[in-house]
Amino acid sequence: MADPEIKSYAPHHESQSAAVTESRPAKAVLMIVTFAFLGIFLLLPLIVVFNEAFAKGLSAYTEALTNPDTRSAIHLTLLVAAISVPLNVVFGISAAWAIAKFEFKGKAFLTTLIDLPFSVSPVISGLVYVLLFGAQGLLGAWLKAHGIVILFAVPGIVLATIFVTFPFVARELIPLMQEQGNGDEEAALSLGANGWQAFWYVTLPNVKWGLLYGVLLCNARAMGEFGAVSVVSGHIRGLTNTMPLHVEILYNEYNAAAAFAVASLLAGLALVTLVLKTLLEMRYGAELAATRGH
Amino acid sequence: MTNPHFRKLLGALVAASVQFGTLGFAFADTTILNVSYDPTRELYKQFDEAFVAHWKAETGETVTVQQSHGGSGAQARAVIDGLDADVVTLALEGDINAIVSKSKKINPDWRTKFENNSAPYTSTIVFLVRKGNPKGIHDWGDLVKDDVQVITPNPKTSGGARWNYLAAWAYANAKDGGDEAKTKEFVGNLYGHVPVLDTGARGATVTFAQKGLGDVLLAWENEAYLALDEFGADNFDIVYPPTSILAEPPVAVVDANVDAKGTRKVAEAYLSYLYSKEGQTLIAKNHYRPSKPDLVPAEDLAKLPEIKLITIDDPLFGGWKKAQPYHFGDGGIFDQIYKPAQ
Amino acid sequence: MTTAPAKAGWRFRQPSVIPGFGLTLGFSLAYLTLIILIPLSGLVWRSAALGWADFWAIATDRRTINALEISFGTAFIAAAVNVVFGTIVAWVLVRYNFPGRRIVDAMVDLPFALPTAVAGIALTTLYAPNGWLGSLLAPLGIKVAYTPLGIVIALIFIGLPFVVRTVQPIMEEIDKEVEEVAATLGANRFQTIARVLLPGLAPAIVTGFALAFARGVGEYGSVIFIAGNLPYKSEIAPLLIVIRLEEYNYAAATAIAAIMLALSFVMLLVINLVQTWSRKRYG
Repeated sequence: MADPEIKSYAPHHESQSAAVTESRPAKAVLMIVTFAFLGIFLLLPLIVVFNEAFAKGLSAYTEALTNPDTRSAIHLTLLVAAISVPLNVVFGISAAWAIAKFEFKGKAFLTTLIDLPFSVSPVISGLVYVLLFGAQGLLGAWLKAHGIVILFAVPGIVLATIFVTFPFVARELIPLMQEQGNGDEEAALSLGANGWQAFWYVTLPNVKWGLLYGVLLCNARAMGEFGAVSVVSGHIRGLTNTMPLHVEILYNEYNAAAAFAVASLLAGLALVTLVLKTLLEMRYGAELAATRGH
Repeated sequence: MTNPHFRKLLGALVAASVQFGTLGFAFADTTILNVSYDPTRELYKQFDEAFVAHWKAETGETVTVQQSHGGSGAQARAVIDGLDADVVTLALEGDINAIVSKSKKINPDWRTKFENNSAPYTSTIVFLVRKGNPKGIHDWGDLVKDDVQVITPNPKTSGGARWNYLAAWAYANAKDGGDEAKTKEFVGNLYGHVPVLDTGARGATVTFAQKGLGDVLLAWENEAYLALDEFGADNFDIVYPPTSILAEPPVAVVDANVDAKGTRKVAEAYLSYLYSKEGQTLIAKNHYRPSKPDLVPAEDLAKLPEIKLITIDDPLFGGWKKAQPYHFGDGGIFDQIYKPAQ
Repeated sequence: MTTAPAKAGWRFRQPSVIPGFGLTLGFSLAYLTLIILIPLSGLVWRSAALGWADFWAIATDRRTINALEISFGTAFIAAAVNVVFGTIVAWVLVRYNFPGRRIVDAMVDLPFALPTAVAGIALTTLYAPNGWLGSLLAPLGIKVAYTPLGIVIALIFIGLPFVVRTVQPIMEEIDKEVEEVAATLGANRFQTIARVLLPGLAPAIVTGFALAFARGVGEYGSVIFIAGNLPYKSEIAPLLIVIRLEEYNYAAATAIAAIMLALSFVMLLVINLVQTWSRKRYG
């Protein structure tokens, strides 16, 4: 690993000599390509969401959002995120501590396992819980006998969400804590702090912005997950429909305006996430630099 | 330094999560779950309200009816996997039989529990075309004309799509005098004209009506009328082909679930209410064909013309128990004719 | 490894004064096992119960192969497109100063934050024959929605930030002196970029490609709305899993899932190898 010497983050936008930058026309072409590409692929879909949401006017919009089924979908989404995000935060901190602070055999393999949910199809993330907890599944009969309901209910949705958002916090913290090294904690320990104190007063303040950054991404994904949740939800109106599933249902009820109204809430959440993320990067860019790029 | 600030933030996060956690759901006295197929959303929305009022008047109890909708096969799968349905109201017998055989949650004699083989209404398959019928589509044979694009969902996952397929099969069989090779060729040719294969009937309607794809939608009769209501009668026409199929979407109580939950009484009353005057009238108003038309005001029936309808129990198909594996099973006729079009 | 003297036997971890190893590793492993490993091994167990002959029959079924080809093919094309444009976007963001750079930079992360179902219905509305872009493309005979091209579009959307965010930090660390040296030695700008800069960026680009590719292969939410979902033509592997499940064909659903799982595990290993290799070489 890189030694814990601190790199200098000099701004890169000072004046550039002609030899090390592109000619004006080339620059213009690259800028146009960038704007056109991002405009078509990112901006337009976002505009469509809000345009369609308000296509039938403001009153239709507010009506769509105050509908009881929509409200219960919003509640469920918040509930699922409120359970799964904190659990993944605890895991993320714990895994990052073990991986970043210690050298042990099989560390690379463990890191790969943590990454696994990133590259597993969301559909498979849902399917595994159906195979495990479904009435025909491995534990189905046992659960049934003990009256425990997991699939097609909130626990199943929470489990599937935890699965897909599993790596987010750990992935932000591991490189950050590796970069920072053990020096600060070792100093605290030699001054008589115990492990908890070292963690609470030294490590946590050091990684807090990275942690928050991970929580933001984790939360955005938790509230927006579709594929995995769709497989385990059962789609009961007002009970097991999360917001993304409710979007699909409304869309299939010829109610495009209402579907996009709910979608606009999710898009709004995405925008808030991006703004917070950018603010974090602007103020704490250097601290976060190590965690950029997953 | 920034440390207390950050901890305050963490505190706020925790407080927020606790708050969300206490947002429980208010449960009524009794709750039953109706797991249904795609096009019945509007029907059961109205019917559930009527039933809740009826049950309150009858027994003084408050009952809440929850709905789940999706492709008929997908919904049956969810019940098999443990979705706690009290009643299932699916697109075809085959899907309820699948619950019977794969999970034993429904007793095998379910068809005898309610009138008309437990089908409170019937329906058929019609054509929805663009206004003025620019491609001149009047019969099944017109669907395979060169420039015609047909929208129909995937018969493997959608109940309605299976009826579409069988109606086309019946037409071709009659036309070719029962030559199965020719019938297969016609139906295979028909699916060669399908640019999008949605998983459910509702998805197909959205594709056709909202996204403007295709020249003709093979649709449930009720779904076609609903599309006229939703998207304006000045955009589409309904075409009745000379022959079609008699679809009998059945209903059943999920015995194992209602016995475990103690909801058998209300679940049975719920399905029986479908056969009442109120139930049958709502059924007709939503463009289904009531199984007891004499209970329904004549003006609600006027829209549903008589056409020649072949049934699934016709010797051509031999009932669902035979038709399902023969046509739609793994390696069945549909798998044989639906080959990569390269 | 580095300094540990070859004592008798094998040492699981290097000594350290930091406490909490047992607790954190234990908890992490328990949580990982409970949430990820047990459910995934359930999947492997179920597909192993199939028997080799059945498994092989499902794996070599024409429809399975086509679905896997479509998933991997469209993900590959989308990742390749993202490599080209994502690298350009990253370059513009790192090297050029223009008003609104922060906003554009923030927007690149939109696909991370926007729910896939929302992206799906938005893209479909945009590219349907009566949509804003679809109606422009239709007269040219280009159909996007309900074709494999639509899948590619959705996967470009999903995968873009992976490439940009992997390449960007490496670009920021490029030492300007290298370019200056190349320029003084007579290289023109194109030669500097092609011969000096790109080789240094290659590991990051490959990693970004692999991440976007891996994500694209498994993507479901955004694709099902815009793909025509035609078997053999525009049916992606995750959708085929769902369809098999809905046909009560658990064996096939499980087998296809197991194949995809194995492939994604291989891809992850490759990504990690590339990263380790590049860290050794350039770190």
